[in-house]
Amino acid sequence: MLAFIIRRVLQSVVVLLVVGLVAFSLFRFVGDPVDNLLGQERTIEDIDRVRSELGLDQPFPVQYFRFLQGVTQGNFGVSFRQGRPVADILAERAPATLELAAVSALFAIVLGITLGVYTAIRRDGWLSNFIMTSSLIGVSLPTFLIGILLIYVFAVELGWLPSFGRGETVQIGWWTTGLLTESGLKAIILPAITLGLYQMTLIMRLVRAEMLEVLRSDYVKFARARGLSQRSVYFRHALKNTLVPVITITGLQLGSIIAFAIITETVFQWPGVGLLFINSIQFVDIPVMASYLMLISVMFVVINLIVDLLYFAIDPRLSASRGGGH
Amino acid sequence: MHIKTKMIGAALTAALLAGTSVMASAETLRWARAGDSLTLDPHSQNEGPTHALAQQIYEPLISPDMEAKPIPALATEWSVKEGNPNVWVFKLREGVTFHEGQDFTAEDVVFSFNRAKLESSDMKELLVTITEVRAVDDYTVEMETEGPNPILPNNLTNLFIMDKGWAEENNVTEPAEFDDGEETYAVRNANGTGAFKLVSREPDTKTVLARNDDYWGIDEFPMEITEIIYTPIQNAATRVAALLSGEVDLIQDVPVEDLQRVADTDGLKVENAPQNRTIFFGINSGDDDLENDTVEGANPFADVRVRQAMNMAINREAIQQVVMRGQSAPTGVIIPPFVNGWNEELDRYPAADVEGAKALMAEAGYEDGFEVTLHCPNDRYINDEAICQAVVGMMGQIGITVNLVAQTKANHFPLISGKQTDFYLLGWGVPTFDSEYVFNFLVHSTTEDRGSWNGSRFSDPEVDAMIQSLGSEVDLEVRNQTIADIWQKVQDEVIYLPIHNQVLNWGMKENIDFAVQPEDQPHFKFLQFN
Repeated sequence: MLAFIIRRVLQSVVVLLVVGLVAFSLFRFVGDPVDNLLGQERTIEDIDRVRSELGLDQPFPVQYFRFLQGVTQGNFGVSFRQGRPVADILAERAPATLELAAVSALFAIVLGITLGVYTAIRRDGWLSNFIMTSSLIGVSLPTFLIGILLIYVFAVELGWLPSFGRGETVQIGWWTTGLLTESGLKAIILPAITLGLYQMTLIMRLVRAEMLEVLRSDYVKFARARGLSQRSVYFRHALKNTLVPVITITGLQLGSIIAFAIITETVFQWPGVGLLFINSIQFVDIPVMASYLMLISVMFVVINLIVDLLYFAIDPRLSASRGGGH
Repeated sequence: MHIKTKMIGAALTAALLAGTSVMASAETLRWARAGDSLTLDPHSQNEGPTHALAQQIYEPLISPDMEAKPIPALATEWSVKEGNPNVWVFKLREGVTFHEGQDFTAEDVVFSFNRAKLESSDMKELLVTITEVRAVDDYTVEMETEGPNPILPNNLTNLFIMDKGWAEENNVTEPAEFDDGEETYAVRNANGTGAFKLVSREPDTKTVLARNDDYWGIDEFPMEITEIIYTPIQNAATRVAALLSGEVDLIQDVPVEDLQRVADTDGLKVENAPQNRTIFFGINSGDDDLENDTVEGANPFADVRVRQAMNMAINREAIQQVVMRGQSAPTGVIIPPFVNGWNEELDRYPAADVEGAKALMAEAGYEDGFEVTLHCPNDRYINDEAICQAVVGMMGQIGITVNLVAQTKANHFPLISGKQTDFYLLGWGVPTFDSEYVFNFLVHSTTEDRGSWNGSRFSDPEVDAMIQSLGSEVDLEVRNQTIADIWQKVQDEVIYLPIHNQVLNWGMKENIDFAVQPEDQPHFKFLQFN
């Protein structure tokens, strides 16, 4: 298992380096930050000066190398847009995104599994059919539209929930949390639903399909024949056996929840890293874009690693076969 | 931690303020616009939202009012020194203190101007003609310029004064440099003399200001707001929703599609005013051949008849009605009405005349037309891409086949400064309210310090000399005549194809009495509730 981890970590480093290289080769197409930096009254002389100051006159492999050099020394550079170290900005913004991702993942998992199990058990009930049909909305509508719809209904028309921002936050060490204040909790509801709706639908449909499969299997029939209670059959025997694919998908989806928070954050003006990234693209804030992309890829790599390790924990057959050597 | 301490401080201040009976009532204004200020350092970014926030906290010597007219701020009077036309004398306001208690004196002015003239300052271009700033006594400052500079005061309305002692104490005697590797104190902290004090600042999220009860102008201006909460809301639909749901009281940048919606909502209204920004097309008339066209060995735009034809082919009223939903003022010149040099004659635009334009094209030998690429930004001006699409159709009517390339501003503007585009859309504001500014950037030949935005490649040594003379001509009548002559040349040569002046729209609660400022820069000390 240790060898497996080491191999995966090495692979991950290669993945990260490639992501960085691709990112830097693309930055040229995003535009030139110099105009944003200097404003309307710049002269040709200014442009040349700033470009060489920032190293933008260098070819992109050189820029990439310099960035990596900084990163290995723990220096992610300074944001062109805000004039502050990128590491500080990311650390300041990360809690908002992580909280939003955690709440929407929780929403997706809890509701997804519950509804999935329910629709599998009551396969032909009208409520199941209603849930299945309306869940199509979750997968087919784009995120920003769902966000705008929710804002329209719950903020503008009903006036129950705020349409933007994070509400009041409380500072705990370097972490800011909105989960401890009333306005913070209210503010997270709409973005969390917007962000988690697709994942919830996905999990629900997956759980349902797996459950239906498992419920037809022999050991469930035997369990029933043994006279076990319905509850025990459904939740101890059936549900547990559906969880391996659910964990894989959920794990991978958690990564995309964080990565795709960009759109939700823009719609709700949620002060997280996704919004920061959008602002950075518009401004061509290369240090922030590069750091964000690297961070997201690190995250995906780590999540994949954890998912792989979880398999060992959940499914004993995997560790047996690995343990048996190759 | 830092922010938290500040917030506690703010809470205490608020509690103390509430205890005193100075205030009749506490009025909070929740203000939103699309973008946040980039930095609180008053000299490191020359950019709209950045100045708009700084104007609440810091003050210039001469401040624009809500009509963008200069009024005395930290200077009470100013004039050219008797006997020396190269020197401006400013009398400073006495008894002004900074938010942290320091006295405002001439030394702070000298320090701030020198700071703004440093290499790392973004404001230095506006001060290039100043050779020396000196304190005569505690409340008199003299500014010496290279030659006479009659419009120097116009350049100073966004030039904010910092306290010298505060800057030295906090090690911010220079504006932040991009490659410093560290954040300087002035980026998130501020100590000005303005009508509002900074309470807390979270970039891109929330900035809180409180009324400065020691403000020198507290009896002169309405000063009805006690607290300002400023939140950038980038997404237009969300911004409008926040106003509709009552979560904010005033928004700038109301999208034209939503104007009716906001105006029709009970308790809300939309105020508008012509903006200090003209939208126009640039055409490369100076090069011998174009890179982005199908005519080999010649530049069709070099022929003034072709440029005239294009000018006539554009139906400005249709653009106003269809693309802008009425929210624009079509124009025939590339400056808005409040700029010195503007007159109605210049503003008159040709009626759309496709037949006449075709005849001119034929006369120029292009009856079969040609193909050319049009470059357009899609995230900079109001409906910029849609304006370009409309013009593509209009050019098609006179045989010019236009390939439209619409892209983000970060890709678009370098094409203009790099002289890589032959036909492009650009918008231009005139912060100095004088034509010289436009000439320097858009009409003068491209040299090291002038003509950096002249994508038309128009170059005429005679015109260049006239433009340069504006910088030092003290006789205003002669100067205005020169300005008129240059405009005549620009119009005759059809160097640019003007489209319209943008209109600014602010949405606000009905009980707010606040006019739209042409620079899109609210000065909240003027705001009144009714």
